[in-house]
Amino acid sequence: MAAKPKVGFFSFTGCEGCQLVVISMADKLLDLVGAVEVVNFREASSFKSDEYDVAVVEGSISSVKEIEELKEIRRRAKILIAIGACAHIGGVNCIRNFDNQFEIKKEVYKDKATHFDSILAQPIDAVIKVDYYSRGCPPNRDGEEFLEIVTAVLQGKKPYIPNFPVCIQCKMKSNVCVFHKEKPITCLGPVTRAGCMAPCPSFGNACIGCRGLVDDPNLNAHQETLKEAGLSVEEILKFYRMMNGMMEVGK
Amino acid sequence: MTQDLNINVHHVARVEGHGNIVIDVKNGELKKVELQIVESPRFFEAMLKGRRFPEAPQITCRICGICAVGHTLASLRALEDALGIEPSEQTVLLRKVALEAEMLQSHVLHYYFLVAPDFLNAPNVFSLDPNIIRRALRMKKLADDIITAVAGRHPHPISMVVDGFTRIPQESELKDLINQLKEMLAKDVPPTLDLFASLKFPAFERKTDYVSLIHPEEYAYYDGIIHSSETGDTKHRDYKNKVKEEIVLHSTAKHAKGPFKPYMVGALSRFNNNSDKLMPKAKAVAQKLGLSAPNYNPYLISAAQVVESVHNLERMIYLLEELLRRGLNDESKERQTIAGWSAKLPQIKKGWGVGAVEVPRGILFHEYRINDDGLLSGANCVIPTAQNLANIEDDLRALVPTILDKPKEEITLLLEMLVRAYDPCISCSVHMLKVDFV
Repeated sequence: MAAKPKVGFFSFTGCEGCQLVVISMADKLLDLVGAVEVVNFREASSFKSDEYDVAVVEGSISSVKEIEELKEIRRRAKILIAIGACAHIGGVNCIRNFDNQFEIKKEVYKDKATHFDSILAQPIDAVIKVDYYSRGCPPNRDGEEFLEIVTAVLQGKKPYIPNFPVCIQCKMKSNVCVFHKEKPITCLGPVTRAGCMAPCPSFGNACIGCRGLVDDPNLNAHQETLKEAGLSVEEILKFYRMMNGMMEVGK
Repeated sequence: MTQDLNINVHHVARVEGHGNIVIDVKNGELKKVELQIVESPRFFEAMLKGRRFPEAPQITCRICGICAVGHTLASLRALEDALGIEPSEQTVLLRKVALEAEMLQSHVLHYYFLVAPDFLNAPNVFSLDPNIIRRALRMKKLADDIITAVAGRHPHPISMVVDGFTRIPQESELKDLINQLKEMLAKDVPPTLDLFASLKFPAFERKTDYVSLIHPEEYAYYDGIIHSSETGDTKHRDYKNKVKEEIVLHSTAKHAKGPFKPYMVGALSRFNNNSDKLMPKAKAVAQKLGLSAPNYNPYLISAAQVVESVHNLERMIYLLEELLRRGLNDESKERQTIAGWSAKLPQIKKGWGVGAVEVPRGILFHEYRINDDGLLSGANCVIPTAQNLANIEDDLRALVPTILDKPKEEITLLLEMLVRAYDPCISCSVHMLKVDFV
């Protein structure tokens, strides 16, 4: 790669919170700005270029137009990093995939429904090959993991991504398991890939699975636990589908 | 005088989301003015259908990475309105701190990162003096740290739930934040003011209808009634008397308009309707920036944001000191505090409710219907940017004829700056779906 690689940021369907997390990384971002040349970052800059080595892509794909734009980005980029749950696993965008799409569109746009381009929401690797994933909704540890991934990639190293469940890091934080609290809540930590340091259980709430599933999740045992805690089969599916509508194991 | 002019700004930069400005002038006559919203539709309200009610804030906060706290609070207030739950005073104080902090981070991001480069001839904030960048990042980071201490994370807060918090911050954390806020008021605010007082904002005035919450005791963000400078007051549950969404073909975001004509929401509307309730330093800042209510120049929305951000710092100090004075209690035991995936939903009666909260870009409405099983059976979210779109187009229509004698490049910049002044949050505004599914 060039001495000062060119990096472009691109966003598709999502809240653009990932770019915001990147912008928020304060001084660390300035160090990164020294090591790379940011050539495309529409949310923060009016400067645009079509030449880049690394493309960072946030958001899901949810229209035909976006498919074409994403393919073009892949064609130009040597390395493509997906950032955030929408790009990685589809995230909350996929919740609507389980409803009748025509009815949804008609509800919104009435008789003008056919004018608007909308398809089932999907993660970006449904369309193109992704080289690295920076997980989480929002990207975890205030973007630190993203920074580690970019730094490793720029040095030609493979970034370290844990392949064990959130429970391990949750225990390291000395949290009481949320299933066993006085007012128990259910949690997706046992099947979700760690790396976030369990912020949600640490703040008294449940893991909602925003980093996707581990390589070998024990889904049967997890579903039994959720049933014992009081969730119906339908509720269990809805819980998984909050972030993991695609239920793809190990990516 | 330019007779023919065709401007098409594809994907306006330094705004949140994807939008185009299209202007067509033929023989000196304005043929077409459109702010095209080309972001893909997102269907958030459809996502809520059939979901357990405590999930609503967790899903809807993901409408927006900038105002996730605002969406969470509008969502919680709508749920609590529907269920007849009155949260504790401590809960309200903590929520207000988080909301003030989110205003601050969003405003700093907007006026430093997105607006200032226009005035300083730079493509982005990173081309500016490193001292400016570090100051802007410092201000944004403190706001983020406050939200993290109170609500767990920014964006997408963790611990704010129905009827309370799943974790109460430590008093030591709050004390430390108060010190940092005081230091910021002393050190980072004065140079910020000097910078923005030195900028020459374009002169353009068009009086419109200014809509925001108002409250008898405070500069209204979290609570209040809907006030229109033209048509008077509306209770939050009657918001549909003031807001109507309209489908226009060049926009995947529905346009929301008042019953009679387009209106403006956001920092300038709030300033025009609430300026007598500003904290003392913020009042002085308004004077220094030459801003007095009512002001009819939309370019000065950014100046109103600078004023509000000083107010935010002062208010947070006040609110945090009030919390410390009262002493923090872990209330989760005596209150319901219903987290997203409680193993068992509490018994509830079906209901309907509305939450109206000021978020950085203006007033935000969430409306839900909940059935007897605790599942959402209807939802509607009206986003500030959707309310502003029609007003922005009216501004463009009024502005273009007055600047046709300028070179095309300058016209384009002035139009882009106008759109940017509104701080449009486009990915939020395409959330839309009004569902009355039961």
